[in-house]
Amino acid sequence: MSAREDVLGRIRTALGERRPDVVVPRDYRATDDRPAAQRLDVLVDRLEDYKASVLRCGPDEVAATVAAALDTGLGAGWQPASVVVAPGVPAGWRPEGTSEDDGRPAVDLAAFAATLTGVAVAIAETGTLVLDGGPLSGRRAVSLLPDCLVCVVETGQVVGSVPEALPRLDPNAPLTMVSGPSATSDIELQRVEGVHGPRTLVVVLVG
Amino acid sequence: MTTTPVRPGETPLAPGAPRSGTTFLGLPTAPRGVGHLRGDRPFPEAARDALRDGQLRANLGHATSTIRAKRAKVVGEVPDWEQLRQAGKALKASTMARLDEHLVELERQVAARGGTVHWARDADEANAIVTRLVQATGADEVVKVKSMATQEIGLNEALESAGITAHETDLAELIVQLGDDAPSHILVPAIHKNRAEIREIFLRTMPGVDPELTDEPRRLAMAARKHLRERFLRARVAISGANFAVAETGTLAVVESEGNGRMCLTLPQTLITVMGIEKLVPTWRDLEVFLQLLPRSSTGERMNPYTSMWSGVTPGDGPQEFHLVLLDNGRTAVLADEVGREALHCIRCSACLNVCPVYERTGGHSYGSVYPGPIGAVLSPQLTGVEDNASLPYASSLCGACYDACPVAIDIPSILVHLRAEHVEAQQRTTPEAAAFRLLSRAMSNPRLWHLTQRAASLGRFLARGKPTMPAALPPPASAWTRSRDLPAPPRETFVQQWTRERGGRS
Repeated sequence: MSAREDVLGRIRTALGERRPDVVVPRDYRATDDRPAAQRLDVLVDRLEDYKASVLRCGPDEVAATVAAALDTGLGAGWQPASVVVAPGVPAGWRPEGTSEDDGRPAVDLAAFAATLTGVAVAIAETGTLVLDGGPLSGRRAVSLLPDCLVCVVETGQVVGSVPEALPRLDPNAPLTMVSGPSATSDIELQRVEGVHGPRTLVVVLVG
Repeated sequence: MTTTPVRPGETPLAPGAPRSGTTFLGLPTAPRGVGHLRGDRPFPEAARDALRDGQLRANLGHATSTIRAKRAKVVGEVPDWEQLRQAGKALKASTMARLDEHLVELERQVAARGGTVHWARDADEANAIVTRLVQATGADEVVKVKSMATQEIGLNEALESAGITAHETDLAELIVQLGDDAPSHILVPAIHKNRAEIREIFLRTMPGVDPELTDEPRRLAMAARKHLRERFLRARVAISGANFAVAETGTLAVVESEGNGRMCLTLPQTLITVMGIEKLVPTWRDLEVFLQLLPRSSTGERMNPYTSMWSGVTPGDGPQEFHLVLLDNGRTAVLADEVGREALHCIRCSACLNVCPVYERTGGHSYGSVYPGPIGAVLSPQLTGVEDNASLPYASSLCGACYDACPVAIDIPSILVHLRAEHVEAQQRTTPEAAAFRLLSRAMSNPRLWHLTQRAASLGRFLARGKPTMPAALPPPASAWTRSRDLPAPPRETFVQQWTRERGGRS
């Protein structure tokens, strides 16, 4: 008998003839009922609590605010060519002279100092940005290897809670949920920000 | 499919052959001689040594109280926590009730998206599959994401014996690996080490480390970043576990903090994921419950820094070869026990460890298994068969703190009591305890005998010499009781004697 048949057979033996019929209670909150403006404030609060920086701006000021975000992350005088941009990021968001991801081998992306992407969804209550591997988010290595990550979030992408975010996502896309810069709690259970992923996360919230 | 139990040291059978104990339904438990589910000595013995280690107790006390406070704060923020908890419990129960159907669906979905699914009856078979897969790539090293399943089956040792080096990349796993130590906590395997001890390990074992390295956690984390960076960039094969797998979509999820998981899941050409068969959830929507329960219970964060999800392979993004190894290793034996199967609901958050008064004092190594603490005390004996971990169901005061903290409401105290009963019933020879209780039972069912016994017991007052408790140095078998417990001195007068004296025998 193959291992597959053996394991499935064991499960059937273990469960026997009478399998319990379990009803799952779903009386937890499905939506967040905060007004939209308050929801954005919660997102900012949670992002900052986990040591991300947040800059807010109007729809016409995105490129300038992204430049300011890069000042925050890299210090003034950064080289535009050292910033890699996900291919679907609108031209109006990009500071002049930045480099679009050209599909080079993933490990070569480590040479860039910073990354600029959009997001698929943002979750206010947990301070989470979700990247979905699409043109706006970029492939996964783009938002991983450079040490500074700048994400542009539009207000329409912000939902209140986790149950509101999942239906907006494609379960078969390569998804990355990002909540603050990389961190560890492995030494005496104290949180330290910045290990292998980007050590700096700057969020530009538009609208 | 029944087999006779095999003693340690006997010739191992072929991988996959049932060879350890079996349950009454004939379902094999995790085999002996491979992996890390059994200690080399009973819990009380190991715990006694751990209790004498003042540094260990200080480290554990500090770390567990830090994490308890963080968890309490973020759980308190969630108004519907109890509803989420009950939903999580029911979701797990309904998953187990249809586990075979969900696994077949998961296999279909993963295969449809370019992944390959392998089935492993036990640790030996899983180790052989992974070793073969790594060898097929020609690589002689792999990077690993922290994974309980691969710890459980002893994968690193199996790879090493095949000439393949496994680099642990989680900071705590790295500390344990560099220190030639064993993990002592599900979430923070190096919880028993403080910053000064970690600094010493890094200075001693990391090639090219800055000799000026201080014990500041940030500096230590940066040293680990530098140490692993080049390994991530050159790795061709990664091995991970999985926190969740969604049957209906074939999505796998790894929940982590440092980004080492993302490195492993993104950069290498080949990804091999080893997952216990109980990690399934039926639908995509079900993750809305567990992604709220797990981070808050585990690290005490609203959400962990990184959660990666993937199904099969994505052209142009991440590994282009994906293998999923589904592991039984005693899980179906656990599933066969209607009370004990709830232990399979565990999502490995480790909240029960952090609230347990026993774990806080003895640490994880005393449990002898990669699964320590309250959940380990119910899971390990069931995976191995209770006789191979017979002391673990007793490693608890049954205070119930674990049940209260568990995000999927596993009734750990009830399973502990259930396993104790199973252990007692399995005894072939009469234990002193059983003999004592049999005598007591006879005395208590006969009033005259009972009064005589009580009068005899009052002689114990001479031994107590006026103290409220009996001396700890009683001869065996009484010493088995008094070594770790106070035995009250018998009263001057029993209740019945007092009643008779005051009421003159009238009822």
